[in-house]
Amino acid sequence: MPNKLIDIKNISKSFDDNLVLDDLNLYIRENEFLTLLGPSGCGKTTLLRILGGFEKPDQGRILFQGKDITDLAPNKRQLNTVFQKYALFTHMTIAENIAFGLKIKKKSKSYIQDKIRYALKLVNLDGFENRYPDSLSGGQQQRIAIARAIVNEPKVLLLDEPLGALDLKLRQDMQYELIRLKNELGITFIYVTHDQEEALTMSDTIVVMNQGYIQQIGTPEDIYNEPQNAFVADFIGESNILPAIMVQDKLVQILGTNFPCVDTGFGKNEPVDAVIRPEDIDLVKPEDGIMEGVVTHLIFKGVHYEMEVTAHNFEWLVHSTDMFPVGTKVGIKVDPFDIQIMKKPESEDEEAAAADE
Amino acid sequence: MNKRKLLAGPYLFWSVSFIIIPLFMVIYYGLTNDNGDFTLKNLAAMATPENLKALGLSLLLSVISTTVCLLLAYPLAMILTNMKVGKSSFIVLMFILPMWVNFLLRTLAWQNLLENNGVINTLLRFLNLPTIDIINTPYAIVLGMVYDFLPFMVLPIYNVLSKIDQNVISAARDLGANSFQTFLKIIFPLSLPGVISGITMVFVPSLTTFVISDLLGGSKVLLIGNVIDQTFTQGSDWHTGSGLSLVLTIFIVASMILVAKYDKEGKGAAF
Repeated sequence: MPNKLIDIKNISKSFDDNLVLDDLNLYIRENEFLTLLGPSGCGKTTLLRILGGFEKPDQGRILFQGKDITDLAPNKRQLNTVFQKYALFTHMTIAENIAFGLKIKKKSKSYIQDKIRYALKLVNLDGFENRYPDSLSGGQQQRIAIARAIVNEPKVLLLDEPLGALDLKLRQDMQYELIRLKNELGITFIYVTHDQEEALTMSDTIVVMNQGYIQQIGTPEDIYNEPQNAFVADFIGESNILPAIMVQDKLVQILGTNFPCVDTGFGKNEPVDAVIRPEDIDLVKPEDGIMEGVVTHLIFKGVHYEMEVTAHNFEWLVHSTDMFPVGTKVGIKVDPFDIQIMKKPESEDEEAAAADE
Repeated sequence: MNKRKLLAGPYLFWSVSFIIIPLFMVIYYGLTNDNGDFTLKNLAAMATPENLKALGLSLLLSVISTTVCLLLAYPLAMILTNMKVGKSSFIVLMFILPMWVNFLLRTLAWQNLLENNGVINTLLRFLNLPTIDIINTPYAIVLGMVYDFLPFMVLPIYNVLSKIDQNVISAARDLGANSFQTFLKIIFPLSLPGVISGITMVFVPSLTTFVISDLLGGSKVLLIGNVIDQTFTQGSDWHTGSGLSLVLTIFIVASMILVAKYDKEGKGAAF
């Protein structure tokens, strides 16, 4: 397991009376693509700005390779930031933009020239040296912002919603581009976004945040398949979140009907929340299902049909490539391993999550 | 579309009657003599030793007062930019407040303050301190120009500075620049359009003023504005007065072109 590169210890931060981060602990390993994911106002950008040195935490320390950098100015830190709206220097050419950090460090002319060429090649914008930022498209400006940061050979690249201003197609292309860049550079990326799809696509580790608390840390698969609470389940993709009772190990009662599942270790008859992803629900003939319902809504989404099935007074969201017209009686079937059981919220963190819904 | 164009009507009427026609009248008077014949003599009147001296002094005093305004205004604008909204709007108000008082009255007030038996010297004598005798000298004129025109320097610079994206400044710091390097390489170049419009708005009225020099310079200091004023009012010589005005206008236009050209080369983002 690679070493801890950054250790975030007990960080708290509030603006005026507004508590943005509350006693937050997190570590980031070397060469990791870590994404801070959450809705706006969850504290993810503030955490990034604290890492970059643009905000001081009220409490807590930031350790970088074991050294305390909490009070270090931004220009003394071995990390670089790619800002949300690129923040290019509009009065300088692309080459001057990229050379900015290197000139400050008094690197030689030939070194700077080599670096500019290398960086432009890396972001697929060779030949743009003498253009001005205003003459570039949003996607190109974003790549220049990345090039400008990486020529300084930072150990960590901080990215603050870098794709937020781009259109969908470009955003998807840039996601692959960023993964490729990260693999070529072999450095740590800390990425902030509110877009769950972006997070799932690119990250090694996702940190889901809400209201200043970490809700869950895990790989994209963990976060998607085994959300630890209703907030995470709801925020990452669409889902059916149902109140349920754990009858016994591997058997859960949802809306009065028993479903076999794979979860164990809950108390007998313990109230829980069950999460079922819309694509995990199989619609079958009424007599073959565990529960019977009627299709009430049908929308064609391209890859699949989105349907709402009313069963036991609950609107089940179902994604399926098979189409069932509105009014059809159907049976609902769910494979045991597709039911994710979560404890009911009880800790303060999870209440914060619930309150946000 | 045509209805839209009608909206420009009132201004069009205004500018034709009060800007364009008078301008052509100045050109006409400036290029003719009493008999209505074409002549360049009126323009050449600028070349007399007295007039050249007045023009030179005008240029010198305008450059000095523009420089002083810039040195005072830039740091102030920076402080204002870094302040929280509530506080800064109060200070901006403090700055604009004097502008609401008529400019003649303000200049007259300075005359009263600076006079040999004025408020300041009376107070100084009362305290047994040496008096300051700057009334009717170029110093008093510069003081008056700076006092009257300073807000015109502060506002455009403040405007430009407050529009600089904070992330751009953060980015410079992030890339290793300390705060001085950030100012020199990022903030100042990005603020140049504001500086240039500030310079224009202070330099031009300073160069052409005759009221400030009249009130604070007495009759002892003649600026080119006073020369033109006297030619019209005391000499009743519209032809020479218009000729001198034309030369001065050419001076101003030339210096503005120079400034604008520099701005483009400096890529001051003045688009």
